[in-house]
Amino acid sequence: MSERSRGPASILTAVTGLGHRVNDALARLGFATRFLIVLLRWSGQSFRRFHLTIREIYYCGFQSLLIIIVSGLFIGMVLGMQGYETLQRYGSAEALGVLVALSLVRELGPVVAALLFASRAGSSITAEIGLMKATEQLTAMDMMAINPIARVVAPRFWGGVISMPLLAALFSATGVFGGYLIGVVFIGVDEGAFWSQMQASVDFRYDVWSGIVKSFIFGIAVSLIAVFEGYDAVPTAEGVSGSIKGTVVKSALAILALDFVLTSFMFREG
Amino acid sequence: MLVPFSRKDRVSDENLIEIKDLDFAYEDRPILGGISLAIPRGKVVAIMGGSGCGKTTLLRLIGGQLRPQRGDVIVDGQSVPQLDDDALYALRRRMGMLFQFGALFTDVSVFDNVAYQMREHTDLPEELIRDMVLMKLNAVGLRGAHQLMPAELSGGMARRVALARAIALDPMLIMYDEPFAGLDPISLGVIGQLIRKLNDALGATTIMVTHDIQESLLIVDYIYFMSEGKIVALGNPDEIRASAHPFVHQFVFAEADGPVPFHYPAPPLASELLGRAAA
Repeated sequence: MSERSRGPASILTAVTGLGHRVNDALARLGFATRFLIVLLRWSGQSFRRFHLTIREIYYCGFQSLLIIIVSGLFIGMVLGMQGYETLQRYGSAEALGVLVALSLVRELGPVVAALLFASRAGSSITAEIGLMKATEQLTAMDMMAINPIARVVAPRFWGGVISMPLLAALFSATGVFGGYLIGVVFIGVDEGAFWSQMQASVDFRYDVWSGIVKSFIFGIAVSLIAVFEGYDAVPTAEGVSGSIKGTVVKSALAILALDFVLTSFMFREG
Repeated sequence: MLVPFSRKDRVSDENLIEIKDLDFAYEDRPILGGISLAIPRGKVVAIMGGSGCGKTTLLRLIGGQLRPQRGDVIVDGQSVPQLDDDALYALRRRMGMLFQFGALFTDVSVFDNVAYQMREHTDLPEELIRDMVLMKLNAVGLRGAHQLMPAELSGGMARRVALARAIALDPMLIMYDEPFAGLDPISLGVIGQLIRKLNDALGATTIMVTHDIQESLLIVDYIYFMSEGKIVALGNPDEIRASAHPFVHQFVFAEADGPVPFHYPAPPLASELLGRAAA
């Protein structure tokens, strides 16, 4: 092939490649939507036999507690230090409690907890389902007249959806405690002011409830991505590892994008 | 035209499975082309052929995991491709399948693997399930291993556990996908004998997809040979041993070249090597 003919040919290849990628992405999105519909249709068993879901709450929720609590504590402590540093310049160090609580409850709690949840629990859900697929366990189950979506996928999905808001709430709570530890115990901000200003400025419906709604939506997004990536994994070692990577990356992007959208709707009047 | 059994045998009461003029392709890659065969009730039938000739695909079509482009699969009087999800699951409850690598559930013990379907499909009390599971495990000689996890089993043991799980609900049809693959000679003989004994004890029908001819000839009633998506030869073990059919001969005597070529289709070696050098 001569140099001259290579130019247009490579452009053509690039355009075709782009077209293929867009097509594949759309097809996968469609498949994911159908997957969600089937998942919801077969979710009855996850609630009728609730012990199946409890087991998944244990694996993805309870076992994420350590990382959630430790991270929450440290983020709260850092917020305490940074917040004090800035606030005391304007003589309003007593507002530290408000700053820590609002940042955690509105944003950091749901977002950081969801990011941690995606990398700790989401990745392991994907790995588990992907490996079950690769070793034909899902096919075997299907051949035993046991629906793998109902028995394996749906309980993991609902386990994640239920765990996520609880973990985010715990993250925020330990974060507030971390802020208290640094601000009040170590730096010496007035304890009464710290708590009473927090109590006065944090609105349950406006702030706390928004955080809960956010974490619930993040829970749906992360759990859906995790079970879908696992179920749709190419059944090889390479394919499963690609799916795990996909779960972490896509969850992170979905969480941050959703957070932007949700925040712009929830806190419009500021 | 191959007629697997005499006319009388082909009456559907006598055959548990009838496959009629079946075509199947994965996208544009044809796997099965106009295959017909019948599996009589109560028999152990082997389907043999080289790797990639469509044997496993045939099992998946019988189990309703794949739908054929043309033709019909009739299991116990029901046309599998036309069943809806519920009817298919009802039929599958009466089937047991052993997967090539066992496909045991790795997160639960040997006991729970065998108990899995009993717990999912029945409301039997746990004490009864326990007795039934131990009986199934006893049949494959692994009652003592019921507390082990699948990761702790050898290949032969895992295959036996998978066998116990496949027969957990006393199926009418047991399907084996390469039951002998990767086993040592002792395990191989054990599995072979178990396949025969369990079939006769349960009054079931067995289909075994395999390429292990020597072991199969010892235990089966009938053998179909497949090549390129078609049945090319059939017969009982004695007929197969005596067969002059070139494909069967190559298979039974494990010859490298014959009707099944050693080389994947390719242009002549010389032209490929010299052609590249010239370019």
